[in-house]
Amino acid sequence: MKIRVLSLIIIISLIFVFIIFYKSLNESSYYKPISKIQDIPKFYANSFYSKKEINSIKIFDEDKYYLFNIWASWCLPCRDEHPILVKLSKNNQLKLIGLNYKDNLINAQKFLNELGDPYEIILIDKDGTKAIEWGAFGVPETFLIYKNKVVKKFIGPLDQNLLLEIEKTIK
Amino acid sequence: MKIFKIILFSLVFFYFSPLIANEIELQNKITKNLRCLVCQGQSVYDSDSEFALSLKLLVKNKIEQGFSDEQIYNFLTDKYGEWILYDPKLNKNTYLLWFLPILILLFGGAIVLKKFNKH
Repeated sequence: MKIRVLSLIIIISLIFVFIIFYKSLNESSYYKPISKIQDIPKFYANSFYSKKEINSIKIFDEDKYYLFNIWASWCLPCRDEHPILVKLSKNNQLKLIGLNYKDNLINAQKFLNELGDPYEIILIDKDGTKAIEWGAFGVPETFLIYKNKVVKKFIGPLDQNLLLEIEKTIK
Repeated sequence: MKIFKIILFSLVFFYFSPLIANEIELQNKITKNLRCLVCQGQSVYDSDSEFALSLKLLVKNKIEQGFSDEQIYNFLTDKYGEWILYDPKLNKNTYLLWFLPILILLFGGAIVLKKFNKH
């Protein structure tokens, strides 16, 4: 009787351990962010050119798609994705808004002079707190926005495939 | 006049310093419970990555604006999900995590009790 109970316990715990290992082996060990934000955050930020404070509500109020891009001149992947942003800025269905993340403004200006300025408005995030309002981890990160809602979120640089995906979505 | 200034300064300083100390304590307590999402196995408090630095600043700002720790945790889980907290809340995904130790303890207790009764 005693041995039977003992073996039952061992078998049950083995099955339990097996299930847990099996489940976690199938899961990717990379962290996939699950952001619940659907509505875009409300915040105030200074404009890159005029240095005036802008209310975020006033930026996204048109009946258009917006592409909100977090970038910095010191970030190399941003340099890679910049030609894609310039291409997207020629689409009149789409307005590009930039958020300059923890950057030196002189370097940022040089970056734009060199590679072109695709943004309608650029906001400044000197200390990185505005990017946190967006649930971002770093640069580059891009949000496709329609009617004050985040339609899609892209972590990392945009590439040719994502360019096609964005163009397909806004058609 | 100088003495008056010193007295005034020390009065102001000693009046506010416990307040500031409390805020720093609360900030440390909160940031120790936040996972630095871009680092490996570090809390926001321990990390000096760009992300962690911004997050520390944000927590400090929120405390100064009068947010409670509960409100700050809610704000951050809205943005980043439950994963950012080291101390997970009780919900359907975590109930096993919370109750398994208790169950094991009860089970062990039952075995011990049974043995005692036999003797």
